[in-house]
Amino acid sequence: MNLKKFKIDFKNKKRLIPQVLTIAFIFLVFAYFSYNAQINMGNRGISFGYGFLSQEASFDITFSMIDYDGSYSYGRAFLVGLLNTLLVSVIGIIICTILGVTIGIGRLSQNYLIAKAAEWYVEIFRNIPLLLQIFFWYYGALRLLPMPENAISFGEISFLTIKGWYVPKFLWTNFSIFFYSLIASLISIFYVFKYAKKQREEVGKHVPAGLISLSILIIVPALTFLIGGVTLNFQYPELNQLSDTIYNFKGGISIIPELISLALALSMYTATFVAENVRAGIEGVGKGQKEAAASIGLTRGQILKLVVMPQALRIIIPPTTNQYLNLTKNSSLAAAIAYPDIVLVFAGTALMQTGRAIEIISITMGTYLFLSLTISVLMNSYNKKMAIKEK
Amino acid sequence: MIKSLKTMIFVGLASLLLVACGQGGGGAGSKKSKTLDNTKKAGFVKCGVSQGLPGFSNADASGNWTGLDVDVCRAVAAAVLGDADKVKYTPLSAKERFTALTSGEIDILARNTTWTLSRDADIGLTFVGVNFYDGQGFMVRKNSGINSVNDFKNGISACTNTGTTTELNMRDFFNSKNISYEPIAFEKADEVVQAYDAGRCDTYTTDKSGLAAQRTKMSAPDDHKVLPETISKEPLGPVVRQGDSVWEDIVRWSLNTMIEAEEYGINSSNASSLKDSENPQIKRLVGSEGELGAAFGLDNEWSLRIIEQVGNYGESYKKHIADTGILPNRGPNELWTKGGILYVPPAR
Repeated sequence: MNLKKFKIDFKNKKRLIPQVLTIAFIFLVFAYFSYNAQINMGNRGISFGYGFLSQEASFDITFSMIDYDGSYSYGRAFLVGLLNTLLVSVIGIIICTILGVTIGIGRLSQNYLIAKAAEWYVEIFRNIPLLLQIFFWYYGALRLLPMPENAISFGEISFLTIKGWYVPKFLWTNFSIFFYSLIASLISIFYVFKYAKKQREEVGKHVPAGLISLSILIIVPALTFLIGGVTLNFQYPELNQLSDTIYNFKGGISIIPELISLALALSMYTATFVAENVRAGIEGVGKGQKEAAASIGLTRGQILKLVVMPQALRIIIPPTTNQYLNLTKNSSLAAAIAYPDIVLVFAGTALMQTGRAIEIISITMGTYLFLSLTISVLMNSYNKKMAIKEK
Repeated sequence: MIKSLKTMIFVGLASLLLVACGQGGGGAGSKKSKTLDNTKKAGFVKCGVSQGLPGFSNADASGNWTGLDVDVCRAVAAAVLGDADKVKYTPLSAKERFTALTSGEIDILARNTTWTLSRDADIGLTFVGVNFYDGQGFMVRKNSGINSVNDFKNGISACTNTGTTTELNMRDFFNSKNISYEPIAFEKADEVVQAYDAGRCDTYTTDKSGLAAQRTKMSAPDDHKVLPETISKEPLGPVVRQGDSVWEDIVRWSLNTMIEAEEYGINSSNASSLKDSENPQIKRLVGSEGELGAAFGLDNEWSLRIIEQVGNYGESYKKHIADTGILPNRGPNELWTKGGILYVPPAR
């Protein structure tokens, strides 16, 4: 932000007075509200403080990515909720980007069927309220899944049931070696591309960077299995009988239906807006650009990749940032279907058990604000990178 | 510019005025009851109820609320305003209920709420009594082969309401039995029932009265049963805001009047004819002796109106809980003189 633009003109008093009064007014309003809250809380014998965060939460949570049970503190429960919110947001953002870009490009396809299908997708999913879509997936689609004893099986290693989607669990030995080899190969791929670009620009020689990278990515981690002592086993989910008619799956990883339906609804809904952004971006690139690219003999794929997309991205990124923010904030609708996100766990259960409405709501609002601003900052820096650099 | 300056000054002054007005509020706790005054002024009692629990607070197709909890609010309306129907009901989720009460949106919370130390002492609430002694139980499908809580095994999934004592008791229970379980907590009771009914979870746990009431909503009520064990004490009762002791007393004694009326055999049909009774306690309850209402600024017939318009506790229980088939047996909710634990201080 350019602060110089907002420099206060102290010489011109006529201008200064309204500004001071405005600030004073805002301050008074805030002071009034906090004073009012303080007085009324005092009258009703409600204390204020964040000390409860270290107290034992004493409630359990269905699904947590870190160690948690009721013996941990409210602070830890907050963290569990926050991570669950992040998880569904990240999954949603990834899927909605892939889906959105595909559909956005699909809408401009020359193929009538593809273009129409993409158009219908956008019109349908954009115009049904998100909460209804969440309900549709959760109470409609996923509730029709079979009980565990009749699970839909994918090659006997993965099972889909009304209680969730069970997938095999990876059991690693020496996982860190494998992980570092993966990072090492990614770094070398980065240099391969850099070298290929340099060769192309300076010598005009074509280096098959894609092919080299792919082989690095496959060979290096594979070597760790052969000589690095890395092993990978799978723990498959197994049907387990709890009583005469109650079954569940033991072992493996259980992906709860609440997460599936929320991620599906969020990404399919947001994808429509991303698709429209992509379409607007591509259409925003001048026709002359495409024609010029075609005239020098680039293929349709090359035109899209080399000429249209780099320019379209500048139009696409800012509104898409908004969609990512919307998706993250919309994930708070999780509370409607018992997905333990920050709103359900912290602004719901913890608020109920402690009764500390002002403290908990303020923390939750602050968290969403922080999340949104972080996404904004990241996307803004990406946008800056993509913007036209005048040379 | 001058115009905007004037506007600014005006707005500034208005905000100052606002602050000054704000200070006028608050300051309860004296002999006068702000809640009582406000209720009389508004002409109705602001009552927080559940979002639909048959027998306790449930709205029929035309929006009329009935139930044991609803009758507490009706009793207060009869006592304070002279008409049991002058109640405005606000359906609340478990999560919203206490905030609605402390913020003044409602003045009585009659929503099958468990009386616990932390709720009573910590968050600006006061429980005025118990109108239903309950305990937490489990519901399972009849064909599941589970006949007792001892049949639960590791990996069982249990549905319940979020933000309830039930959620906490459930954890205590499974921990004490050393059983790992999958807790699924919904905000609304209807969502819990739906999830359990669909098979998302193997057992549904809440107060036993709630289990009995919610069973009536399921697709095939006869396919389910409540396990015999009770894993907790759940004294359910009406709640008021802390800091208005007069209002607190009115609600407490409205409930007590209903229970004591049953004890002395006074009901909605015989109440007015008992004005000339020989028993002084009956005469006090129907307002023909003593000045009991004066203690909280009401006339002397307040208790008579409660009994006439709402009925005694037994009538209320029979109408809403027993005759609806939810819990025909009164169990602990029988008078102390008949083997139950309903025992209220004397109104005198």
